[in-house]
Amino acid sequence: MAHQIYPAIADGILGGGVYALMAVGLTLIFGVLDIINVAQGILVIVGGYLSYVLSVHLHIDLFLGLLITMPAMFLLGLIIHTAVIRPLRGSERTSMSLLACFAVAIILEGALYWIFGANSITLNASYINSSFSLGGFYINDIYVYCFILAVALVAAIYLLLYRSRFGRGVRATMQDATAARLIGIDVNRVAAITFGIGVAVTAAGGMAYGATSGGFNPNSGYDLISRLLAIVILGGLGSIGGALVAAVFMITVESLVDIWSPNWAIVVFYAALVIVLTVRPSGLFGRKAVRAQ
Amino acid sequence: MTPSAVRSPARLSAGVKGHRTLLTSGGLVVLLAVFAVFPLVFPNPLATTYGFDALIFIAAASAWNIFSGYSGYLSLGHAVFFGSGMYTVAIGAKDWKLSGDTVFALLPLAAIVAAAVAVPVGLVALRVRRHTFVVITIAIFFIFQLMAFNFSFTGGTVGIDAPILNWAPGTYNDPFYYLAMVIAAVTLALSWLIRRSRFGLHLRAIRDDEDRARSLGVHPMRAKLGALVLSALITGLLGGLWYYFIAAVHPQSAFDPLFDLQLALMGFFGGLGTVFGPALGALILEPVQQWLTVQFTNDYLSEILLGAVFLLVIIFLPRGVLPTLGERITSLRSRSRDRSVPVTTADGGAVAEGAAPDGAPPDGTPPDMAAPGTSTASAPRPAGRREGTPS
Repeated sequence: MAHQIYPAIADGILGGGVYALMAVGLTLIFGVLDIINVAQGILVIVGGYLSYVLSVHLHIDLFLGLLITMPAMFLLGLIIHTAVIRPLRGSERTSMSLLACFAVAIILEGALYWIFGANSITLNASYINSSFSLGGFYINDIYVYCFILAVALVAAIYLLLYRSRFGRGVRATMQDATAARLIGIDVNRVAAITFGIGVAVTAAGGMAYGATSGGFNPNSGYDLISRLLAIVILGGLGSIGGALVAAVFMITVESLVDIWSPNWAIVVFYAALVIVLTVRPSGLFGRKAVRAQ
Repeated sequence: MTPSAVRSPARLSAGVKGHRTLLTSGGLVVLLAVFAVFPLVFPNPLATTYGFDALIFIAAASAWNIFSGYSGYLSLGHAVFFGSGMYTVAIGAKDWKLSGDTVFALLPLAAIVAAAVAVPVGLVALRVRRHTFVVITIAIFFIFQLMAFNFSFTGGTVGIDAPILNWAPGTYNDPFYYLAMVIAAVTLALSWLIRRSRFGLHLRAIRDDEDRARSLGVHPMRAKLGALVLSALITGLLGGLWYYFIAAVHPQSAFDPLFDLQLALMGFFGGLGTVFGPALGALILEPVQQWLTVQFTNDYLSEILLGAVFLLVIIFLPRGVLPTLGERITSLRSRSRDRSVPVTTADGGAVAEGAAPDGAPPDGTPPDMAAPGTSTASAPRPAGRREGTPS
């Protein structure tokens, strides 16, 4: 049993890093804009396809390609924010934005199907199938690289939030948008850039997901967003640290249950969410009452 | 002042109101008649299939609206109840070896099982506030889909085929069609009654401000759970009927994420929280969607267009067709009335007249656009009953 448990825990922690990367964008966007970007799942897949195009057609390395795909996704985020999120007004804004993001997700999914078809694709690179031995079991190189990438990007976001002037504006907006506006913060600009960053991170998340998941197609967005939402809610909406812990916790639990029954592993994921929320309605690290209406 | 203009504002408003109710109910009777004769005029099975589809979604969107529209808690997991209904009938028919017409006796069971499923779902999901609620409904939805895939009694990926019905092919659709029509009509009637009732008022007070509603003596959990169970009951019934129609059940068709999305889209398109809005949304969008699929024979393009329509509706018609239309009519009517009948009372009755009361959308002044004094949360008056302006 032990020879199965340790690799499962290693997989869970390393894979959890990848999920944390994808979830951070979601929780950041919620914290600042007060909206749940349900398009995040399909945006991850868009990021995966961008990396695929770059590596297959232009022969650019997956990790180098991020220097192109991340700014591209940042722009896509700005466009979505300007065209879809910003025009929404009124008391039902939160619900509306959720549905608007859902609409964006459908459009993107349709476009991906149209361009790439429904076949599952995988990202390829020399280091994807190689592995090394650690204390008797094997770990794929790509998992380690992606974990390092995830840690680096999450750290970068953390530094941006807590060590920069822009970050101070973001945190002020997270605490109280009206007060932030009063002290001279351009809340709209902060919101747009945050949305852009949240989407740009998914480019890296998409590459990591595509390289570690063993194949994806446009339909993978549904499965992904539901897991990401579970992670983000469990960690407490708007809490970046919470998202990290929840991602590692959930993926580890999932890969442990996977030893026993692969079919039920994913159910545990949602069941854990339901159980935790029954005990703590605001998530593990959530603020009490996320935000007044 | 001419004698005809000396009517009190209250009477005037009551007159306009009665006129409108008459118009609405007249329109509904005509619509019902149109639906009733539709299969006679177009006996083509393809046409009746479209009709059946539209009716199912009219009923499902209205049932969704009874919970989500009135309480403001958006559910993206109603497929859980639809699928539970489908599987209940499928498993019942298989285990009890029912065949032929007798299987229809299981429809009430489908409704009861779906309602029973809604109780624990509601008790868990309704503990959290709106944002989180949406996500939990999605999570519960996936749990159900996975259970359908993994349990043995659901037939797993293969699903369960329905018993064969030995009906004539030409009129095969008709019983389904009329049954769906009856369910749709009953659902709309129920929705209308709820909106006028104290229960409906509680729900809309929760939608406006749950904490304030609680402090005013509303029991939020009881009201929300009641609405969810009722909504699930109807959705489960529809699921059972749908099972016979497509004659099979699979995890993907029973628990379909697009179903959840369609209900929300129809609700928003027609007007969330109005009685007839979601039905109108279903009536318009379901055929449009079918048409798009047939027209382009490209699923992906029709999916993109569906998303685009959805987006345009949210951005340009955020309150939906019915309330927006109602607003237009109100402003037109009140402008013309202001010119002919000066109903200015001492305390500025004309202002109130134009702002909220009688010309308001037929059945759904979203609370945020009602005049301050008529806010549903602060004024415990029956919804839709307006006492007219003070004279």
